[in-house]
Amino acid sequence: MINELLFMNGYGVYVLSAFSFTLLSFSALYLITKVQFIKEQNKFVAKFGSLNSEKAKSAKSQRINKEILANATNN
Amino acid sequence: MFKLLNPNKIFQVTSKAPKYILFLFVVVLSVGLTEALILSPEDYKQSDAVRIMYVHVPAAWISLGIFSSITFLSISGFIFKNKNFFLIAKSLAPSGFVFNIIALVTGAIWGKPTWGTWWAWDARITSMLILALFYAMYLISWRIYESEEKVFKITTFITILGIVNVPIIKYSVDWWNTLHQPASINILSKSSIHPSMLFPLLIMTAAFALFSLLIFLMKYNTELIKIKNKGLDRL
Repeated sequence: MINELLFMNGYGVYVLSAFSFTLLSFSALYLITKVQFIKEQNKFVAKFGSLNSEKAKSAKSQRINKEILANATNN
Repeated sequence: MFKLLNPNKIFQVTSKAPKYILFLFVVVLSVGLTEALILSPEDYKQSDAVRIMYVHVPAAWISLGIFSSITFLSISGFIFKNKNFFLIAKSLAPSGFVFNIIALVTGAIWGKPTWGTWWAWDARITSMLILALFYAMYLISWRIYESEEKVFKITTFITILGIVNVPIIKYSVDWWNTLHQPASINILSKSSIHPSMLFPLLIMTAAFALFSLLIFLMKYNTELIKIKNKGLDRL
């Protein structure tokens, strides 16, 4: 059964390499995008941490900034 | 209407959505792979080589759909002077480009057992390669130009030039004698593909669409945080 599935009447090499290439491309794109996201999120947290209390208060008044910080602590 | 497209409001949704989309994608992809590799029948002529269709065709469809969306968004961004349209377009481009490459590579792999060659300068393959070049130019433009106004103009110009190629890709099989067969799936008339093959094809298309949505959301969130990072610098 497994041999049949892998051999695919002689076309297994072509079929499985096409599917593997697709899944590898998906994984690579997902990982690259995730790394870029985490990098930018960490940069935001570091910059936010370096603000003085007045500036931090003003930045926190924006809902999106609060969301970014909340997401960063959840991840 | 554009108030709904306010990034501050959108982020509330886009920051939480990726984990649900990822779960849904894994489920749909698992069903799609089982259907495509095990349950769907082999073709009477191409035998099991036909299974490559389940990755090749959805990848080509989605790369064309994304490029059309990018063009629409870029032109709309220009008309309505809305930066968010450009941001959405920019976030869609990486997955569109990767799907285009997948369509080209899986097409080459499919070409070897069916046509006896990895590559031919056939109208459809060549026009898909040209689309990949437009995607590459679009992505490179965002990297090399720093001025916002300049990059909006240049990327819109690239998409307007590139969109001319989209109908050429679609109708190349009807306009010229190519190695590709004419379209088997028609929205307006009866499709010539058997339902036992159409079902896995649609499931795989749904999985690929979910993946591009996932990448789009992650990329869009990254772009929003980048903007907010610049905002913190200005405080």
